[in-house]
Amino acid sequence: MTVDLECLNLTKRFGSMTAVDNVSFDVPRGSFFSILGPSGCGKTTIMRMIAGFLSPSSGDIQIRGRSIVDTPPNKRPVNMVFQHLALFPMMNVADNIGYGLRRAGMAKSEIARQVDAALERIGLAGIGRRKIDELSGGQKQRVAIARCMVLEPDVLLLDEPLGALDLKLREHMKVELKSLQAAFDTTFVYITHDQSEALVMSDRIAVMNHGRFEQVGAGRDLYYRPGTAFVAAFVGDTNRWSGRIERVAGAQLELRTDSGLLMRGAAHGRPLAAGDRADVFVRPEAIRIARTADDLAHFDNRIAGRVTSTLFNGAASRILVQDRAGNEEIEVNLPQSGEFAALTRGSEIHIGWSGDQGNCFAAPGS
Amino acid sequence: MRTQARLGLFLLLTPLVLWLSLLIFIPHVDMFLVSLRERVGVGEYRLSLANYLTFINEPLYLRTFLRTAVMSVIATVITLMIAFPVSYYIAKIARGRTRSALFLLCLVPFWVSELVRTFGWMILLRETGLISNLLQFVGLTDAPVEMLYNDAAIMVGLVYTSMLFMVVPLVTTLESLPDEVIEAGYDLGGSGVAVMREIVIPHAMPGIVSGSIIVFMLSLGNYLTPTMLGGKDSLWFTELIYSQFIVRFNWELGAAFGFLLLGLSSAIVWGMLKLTGQSLEKSMG
Amino acid sequence: MKASTTLSVSALSLSIALLSGPAGAETLRLLTWGGYAPEDVVALFEEQTGHTVEVTRSNNEEMIAKLRATGGGGFDLVQPSQDRIAGPQEEFGIYKPIDMSKIDTSLFIPSMLAATQANTTVGGEVYGVPHVWGTSGLVLDTAQADMVADYTDLCSDAVAGRVSYRLKRPTLIGFAFAMGLDPFAAYGDEAAYTDIMSQVEERLIDCKPNVKTYWGGGDELMGLMRSGEVVASMAWDTGGWKLNADNPDITFVAPASGALGWVDTFALPARGQADDAAYDWINFVMQPEIAAMITAAAGNFTASDGAAAFADDALKARYEASFPPEAIDNIKWYPPVPAGLEVIEGGVLDRVKAAN
Repeated sequence: MTVDLECLNLTKRFGSMTAVDNVSFDVPRGSFFSILGPSGCGKTTIMRMIAGFLSPSSGDIQIRGRSIVDTPPNKRPVNMVFQHLALFPMMNVADNIGYGLRRAGMAKSEIARQVDAALERIGLAGIGRRKIDELSGGQKQRVAIARCMVLEPDVLLLDEPLGALDLKLREHMKVELKSLQAAFDTTFVYITHDQSEALVMSDRIAVMNHGRFEQVGAGRDLYYRPGTAFVAAFVGDTNRWSGRIERVAGAQLELRTDSGLLMRGAAHGRPLAAGDRADVFVRPEAIRIARTADDLAHFDNRIAGRVTSTLFNGAASRILVQDRAGNEEIEVNLPQSGEFAALTRGSEIHIGWSGDQGNCFAAPGS
Repeated sequence: MRTQARLGLFLLLTPLVLWLSLLIFIPHVDMFLVSLRERVGVGEYRLSLANYLTFINEPLYLRTFLRTAVMSVIATVITLMIAFPVSYYIAKIARGRTRSALFLLCLVPFWVSELVRTFGWMILLRETGLISNLLQFVGLTDAPVEMLYNDAAIMVGLVYTSMLFMVVPLVTTLESLPDEVIEAGYDLGGSGVAVMREIVIPHAMPGIVSGSIIVFMLSLGNYLTPTMLGGKDSLWFTELIYSQFIVRFNWELGAAFGFLLLGLSSAIVWGMLKLTGQSLEKSMG
Repeated sequence: MKASTTLSVSALSLSIALLSGPAGAETLRLLTWGGYAPEDVVALFEEQTGHTVEVTRSNNEEMIAKLRATGGGGFDLVQPSQDRIAGPQEEFGIYKPIDMSKIDTSLFIPSMLAATQANTTVGGEVYGVPHVWGTSGLVLDTAQADMVADYTDLCSDAVAGRVSYRLKRPTLIGFAFAMGLDPFAAYGDEAAYTDIMSQVEERLIDCKPNVKTYWGGGDELMGLMRSGEVVASMAWDTGGWKLNADNPDITFVAPASGALGWVDTFALPARGQADDAAYDWINFVMQPEIAAMITAAAGNFTASDGAAAFADDALKARYEASFPPEAIDNIKWYPPVPAGLEVIEGGVLDRVKAAN
């Protein structure tokens, strides 16, 4: 496996604030790598260091094994699609795409040929004469990518380029970006705060928080086997309770939440002992609904309760269930078979889930 | 309802119409009529183009106008060259407090009248002035140096007076250029020069054009700065107009000069716009 | 439109006049030179007559330009020089005749009153009475420029680059006399005057490299002389005397060809609205004691008979030093400027200014 981009112990400090704290990762050639994190987590700082607009306080950035830390941004084999695309409004589409080629000193006729080829490739053949403000959001997106891709960069950086689009177009562009990446066969490094963008498109995702990588892995791993409480909470929706561990039996453990609810969970190899404070995370889709307790006999967590709210959202419809003691509200996905479509507020219901689905993490500060 | 709306519109437009007609249109028509009069005797006038012919036939006046125009163009170019980096720094590099402070510094000279500003320069540049004394003190020269009363002094004064009027439109247009776009220019392989030439300057063009028009017109119409700093060789077109009106009592020729100034300067601005491929709508809108 | 504006303006001033103060009290809008209406004199006048005075400072050219622009309105009393009354009156009709019966002629030096009346008479009507008089000549730093005896000496190498004068008509007239010509005699003859002026023009262009700068205002000249940047200049007598108080080397010298004498007058603008107040002002300031106060402020003597007795001794001493008796006899008093002469002079001044 050839590595296109490698960051080694990358650190960036602004005064006393550490924006990026000793981050190391590598991105294999031709893969789609995402950095996912809330705003202010340092992901943009990493990207700007790779592009060359910031220089790292310490650590190294290598492209295909060569350090680029001392290379100015206009000489790096890296191009960037900016958050607001940053198309040049004073030039038409063809001049935008040809800008980098002109800077590289390519002959006019060759530039024209390459620009036409690039336009063809993004499905916008024949619009080279148009002005930027005459394009739709999706077209601008494609032009911004084509503008970088004609330069055949080793790595393409994308800084939340879908943020400004409306929902429908964003969903569409997710798919299109992925296929463009496959078509160009270039390494993409994508930063976003939208977990869905990262999960759909990426081969690997780094979840970032407070300047550090919490976990790096495939979307599936992050979703089902979060390595930290932050990842569990940030990636996907989840129920979360805090409590104290009462008993540990191998991989299984028993935890009593602060409101007094007893539930079983799994440590998945994390060192947790009886008496520790811990957080338990259970995804709404891991919880089964039933009319009678008997239907849930095979689950080691079973709760009887009442529906307090129905949240209809098509395939992602949910209900909120309150246990009999009235201690907790639990978010549960409705099965798509429609058998529980008739549930209303106040309906009596049983829910249950496997203890294996209850991811436990030591509570922060314990 | 409709009559009410119409009345509202009428009331809204009244100040504008009054302003345009009373303060701009009518005086200009009156001035134009004066410029077409020729004095033939005591209190006797007749309609003729004599005043305009005087301008054409007396090389002195034409020369003065050309000199004024050329000096104004040079002042505009120098102002632009100084103001552009300043504006770029204010709009794109300075942040927060520094930025407001710098902007304020450009504004400070305008807190005093033009007369006081010009006197300030006279105090600095005159033979017994600050700079001359400083040069002698440092030992760069052993006799007083006169820096006043020449074209360079006029230029200094004009550029100083015009700076703000170039900086404001430039800062405004440069501010509207997202940092991202400049970064994209570098990211796609552009050097500093290329980014300036292909991205920053084309984007700032409306600001450059409107700033240049304002500075050119201000310099052309300036009276105090050239007369006071230029001394015996100042020779500025507005000075001619002033002396025709006030000193010579020759309103007819003064009015004709005024109209020639209006026409010729408009022609120069129009020519420059054509030459640079810009339009007034783009620059002002 | 003009008529209605005037109407409303007069209605306005009428109502102001009616509303303010005791019967007969008016507002006097005075357009004059700096120093001719000092605050203490204005205060005394307002106290004694009940009139109020609004003073606007100006110079000859601006006074006439302002009156011309308004057709003689906007002011109630103006003070142009006596040679600038007859010409503009014929041309623009901006003054109204003076009713000599309302003037206390006993307050004036008779010869000066008679001369001014003669010079300001148009169509049998008198338009001006004298107020302040003075001369223009040379102001010299005698320690460095004592060789300058006449205007033309300003062009000598000894004072090269250390000379200043105004680029205005007094300079043209002064140089003409110093060159042995008589421009006043040629006032009526346009061709002769043009010929004289072209000779002066040539001389002034030759002289231009000698000139540091053409001064524009009294303060500018004071600065140039005080700093020593200029050692010889053409200027008013008062300027020289003021400088003399600070630096005894600098003083006013009457040139060999004669100082140029001027008389600033009182004249009534054609559309003045407070004639009574104007006459009151004239009769008030010509009283010897009041005239002496004005002399103290302006630095020049007045046409008030007997005021010299009240004048400051230091000023009298400077005057006597600058004007030995023969120099007084040699003063060239400006005759009235015929209308249209300025155009000839204007061309000369423009060409001198443009010359390199």
